[in-house]
Amino acid sequence: MLSIKEYQTVATIAGPLMLVEMVDEAKYGHIVDIELGDGSIRHGQILQVEKDKVLLQVFEGTRGIDVKRSTVRFLAKPLELAVSPEILGRVFTGLGEPKDGGPAIIPEKRLDINSRPINPYARDYPNEFIQTGISSIDGLNPLVRGQKLPIFSGAGLPHDQITAQLARQATVLGKAEEFAVVFAAMGITFEAAQFFIDDLHQTGAIERAVMFVNLANDPAIERIATPRFALTAAEYLAFELDMHVLVILNDMTNYCEALREISAARKEVPGRRGYPGYLYTDLATVYERSGRIKGKKGSITTVPVLTMPEDDKTHPVPDLTGYITEGQIILSRPLHRKAISPPVDVLPSLSRLKDKGIGEGKTREDHADLYNQLYAAYARGKEAQELATIMGEAALSEEDKKYMTFADKFEAEYVSQDYYENRPVEATLDLGWQLLSMFDNVELKRIDIKLIEKYMPKFRKANSEQD
Amino acid sequence: MDTTHVSVWREEAHVRKVLAMDETKTGRIVKVAGPVVVAEGMTGARMYDVVRVGNLNLIGEIVELRGDLASIQVYEETTGMGPGEPVTDTEAPLSVELGPGLIESIYDGIQRPLPLLADTEGEFMSRGSVMPGLNREKKWHFKPTIADGTKVSHGDIIGEVQENTQIVHKIMVPSGVSGNVQNIAEGDYTVDQTIALCAAEDGTESNLKLMQEWPVRNARQIRSRLTPNRVLVTGQRVIDSFFPVTKGGTACIPGPFGSGKTVVQHQLAKWVDADIVVYVGCGERGNEMTDVLMEFPKLKDPRSGEPLMKRSVLIANTSNMPVAAREASVYTGITIAEYFRDMGYIVALMADSTSRWAEAMREISTRLEEMPAEEGYPAYLAARIAAFYERAGRVQCAGNPEREAALSIIGAVSPPGGDLSDSVVQATLHVVKVFWSLEGTLAYQRHFPAISWLTSYSFYKDSLRDCFEDKDQGREMEKLTVNAMGLLEQEAELLEIVRLVGAEALSPTDRLALETARSIREDFLHQNAFHEVDTHTSMAKQYEMLKTILHFHKQALSAIEAGVETTEIFKLAVREEIARAKYIPQADITKIAKIRETIEEQMKQLRTSAVA
Ligand SMILES: Nc1ncnc2c1ncn2[C@@H]1O[C@H](COP(=O)(O)OP(=O)(O)O)[C@@H](O)[C@H]1O
Ligand SMILES: [Mg+2]
Repeated sequence: MLSIKEYQTVATIAGPLMLVEMVDEAKYGHIVDIELGDGSIRHGQILQVEKDKVLLQVFEGTRGIDVKRSTVRFLAKPLELAVSPEILGRVFTGLGEPKDGGPAIIPEKRLDINSRPINPYARDYPNEFIQTGISSIDGLNPLVRGQKLPIFSGAGLPHDQITAQLARQATVLGKAEEFAVVFAAMGITFEAAQFFIDDLHQTGAIERAVMFVNLANDPAIERIATPRFALTAAEYLAFELDMHVLVILNDMTNYCEALREISAARKEVPGRRGYPGYLYTDLATVYERSGRIKGKKGSITTVPVLTMPEDDKTHPVPDLTGYITEGQIILSRPLHRKAISPPVDVLPSLSRLKDKGIGEGKTREDHADLYNQLYAAYARGKEAQELATIMGEAALSEEDKKYMTFADKFEAEYVSQDYYENRPVEATLDLGWQLLSMFDNVELKRIDIKLIEKYMPKFRKANSEQD
Repeated sequence: MDTTHVSVWREEAHVRKVLAMDETKTGRIVKVAGPVVVAEGMTGARMYDVVRVGNLNLIGEIVELRGDLASIQVYEETTGMGPGEPVTDTEAPLSVELGPGLIESIYDGIQRPLPLLADTEGEFMSRGSVMPGLNREKKWHFKPTIADGTKVSHGDIIGEVQENTQIVHKIMVPSGVSGNVQNIAEGDYTVDQTIALCAAEDGTESNLKLMQEWPVRNARQIRSRLTPNRVLVTGQRVIDSFFPVTKGGTACIPGPFGSGKTVVQHQLAKWVDADIVVYVGCGERGNEMTDVLMEFPKLKDPRSGEPLMKRSVLIANTSNMPVAAREASVYTGITIAEYFRDMGYIVALMADSTSRWAEAMREISTRLEEMPAEEGYPAYLAARIAAFYERAGRVQCAGNPEREAALSIIGAVSPPGGDLSDSVVQATLHVVKVFWSLEGTLAYQRHFPAISWLTSYSFYKDSLRDCFEDKDQGREMEKLTVNAMGLLEQEAELLEIVRLVGAEALSPTDRLALETARSIREDFLHQNAFHEVDTHTSMAKQYEMLKTILHFHKQALSAIEAGVETTEIFKLAVREEIARAKYIPQADITKIAKIRETIEEQMKQLRTSAVA
């Protein structure tokens, strides 16, 4: 028997917060229903309990709530998601309630959306290469199953196209396994969300998708719960139904702003740019839910999307994200202006888990050396590009000119590709060799000489035939 | 759903039930705010006592006392906890268990064995579990090294346990115990069985066991401190040759995300020439710990040929695990490290990342509503950091037989935005003797380790020469590194000139300096952690490699004097051999000396054709 207590002792309302007094037996982290004078219901969560005083955050905001006529019901449980296989194909609100007009989920079970941390000992290391068909990812920053790899974007950059392309193309080579897509929208526009959903419709993937949608005009505080609903659904699908789940969280900057709003309302000592000091820990409890677990078939691969305010990578949201996630794909405005699409800024982008996902038997033996060399050459070419913009091309040495040509070609041919082009990884690797064929062996220090001898000749030959 | 509705009226006075409770030992929760819980009725409790909190019996530690109120940092998630629930004082400070069974363990921040937790509770961490750090069932074979009647006191070694094929675990008399040993006998014991008695002069008897306990926040005792003067060889060229750390020394690695802090820490954990490695994953990624767990049993220690796991202890309190336990994790790690040091071993501790530890302090401090200093960190941040690194050192251990040992600490620091003015970086730089500055720009070029050669430093450089058995070679290596560093500094200046007036302005010797500096960077400093040969380099090989690069430089200088064009020099085939010297296995390092001969031959040819 669940004991639900009801109080009409609201003392203060400030911002998204409410203080309720004379409460007996409130528990930290549990949820409440707030019934307004007009009978409508809002949802809240306990942030702090001190003696009989309870501080609540109200997910839908406090507008229109008054002190006298509100009744707060303490539900004596944490925020939960009702799950069953029926969640596939459904759309929920940011608070986990059906939004698509469909029936309520008949729960197989209810799961606490905060879940619990994975025991590090129980983790299995992600090492299965996911082919995305995007060269700047597959060739240089390979994604593996169970990885959390965010996209650092900026206002107006095409992250929606990239996430759609990922959802469309991502496959593990040679395997046909149960997969699912979980999409959490946090404060993005209707258009952006619809673009993604339409794409899922077109490919038929919609039936294997679960969506939690909080749009720009939906309550901001709700966004604190949205990614947790999504990851709870993902954990259920991955670790109980053995599916390989791709989770897209878009946009984590909006999530962080909601956290900041709560923190400010609580008058907490602010950290950098007003974000709370616990932002790192909080983000970790979201991102670290990705992964693989020993003995379980499924996996959770997460691609969070965030917009960097002023394209600044050192802003707390991208900064703390990068400190937690296993790499980052960074989009560049200058490349976007040059019409390079996807405008992946290759140098600062990184996949930390690539090393165990590539190589012989996974992609190809030359993969690691090849990307190391491409990076080194492109970095040098970029420097030359910069030098050329300062001093003019004429001031460059012959060497520098060569590297600059390489960088230009690399951006135009390797990084740039159509959003509907699905390049097999071998094609990506060959493209790398082809670009490097303009250099002598001595310049290819990062590649094992045996690999050069094995893979390079046909490209050098093709070059000399062209000449 | 069957529900009971209880209405409460505004006017109704709040009645708090005062339950009968033990006067000193049990209090009641009055406040829950995230990881901090306040309990009343705690008169008699002491600071840093461990308490059991709430109906779930979570583990916590008292961090503030005010009247009968105790503020407690709880090592587990507090959701579902509320006022009125009990808090029990265990009357003991947070301690770790020390004894056979530590090696090859992986613990959370408060020494709960993670494999056991996974076995008993599943893949996800549950709450309120109590698990001893050491296995109580396993028997260890104990061999006394002293006889009955020996007078012993704190720190004396009374016997040994062969913990695994590599580590001999010395059993020491715990602090506060002294007297005559009786009934000591070889045999198989569990860690908490009595292996001997110790009769003090006042007639009191203590039981000696294979295990002892130690409060983590206190440094373990030593006899005296010595100056760390031997290099802790890491096999990482930029570190050993240019910015070495010593056995007993301290180092820090700050850098933005993705600059290579963790890879350097992993590399050191793998290849340092220490007897014991304690690796603390403090508030970082789960998969990084998995990586260590999967690799260490497979990788072999080049000195012993044994799997690296057999000398390692791992502490994993990842970023999503409770923040208070993260705060404790570095102390748990350092105490275990000190314990092995006390046996006379060379121990190295890596903490990745100390920033997460500092942030945990900040998080707790904020919830305690303490006055913040810079960036919201508590005012005692710098003091805590200093006290932590002070636990490193080369020492004369307490007790008999006399023995020397060392404990090195290498801490990663993760400053926001990579900004080195960050409080944690600054407080750390105040105390550590080695600074490996990781630069984002180098990492973007995939120049790894991305340790900046211009801003990093080591106060232990003078110890480098003693790394070599041959004294002359040691002195020569010292000169080579000075030489190489000079060229790298010159390169920075020359590149500045190029940026202003273009490459045309450079003299042939300047061009050569640029090329050699590039060669030092690419062929020596750059080291691929994931290449099976390149992953670590012996001191002897480091010497050969650097000598060869600078030999080319010297030879090229005289060729230029003889009128050879720099473009000709740069085209020499031998340069490719120099570049690939890093991939020559240790067994073949004489091949590197051969490259120097090839250099001379090819240069000679150039000179002759120049004259002709
Ligand atoms: N010595 C190295 N050799 C090769 N790759 C490296 C090396 N150091 C770092 N890396 C690369 O850089 C990535 C990030 O390094 P990591 O140590 O995880 O950074 P941080 O801990 O500073 O965030 C690694 O995943 C790896 O790909
Ligand atoms: Mg790291």
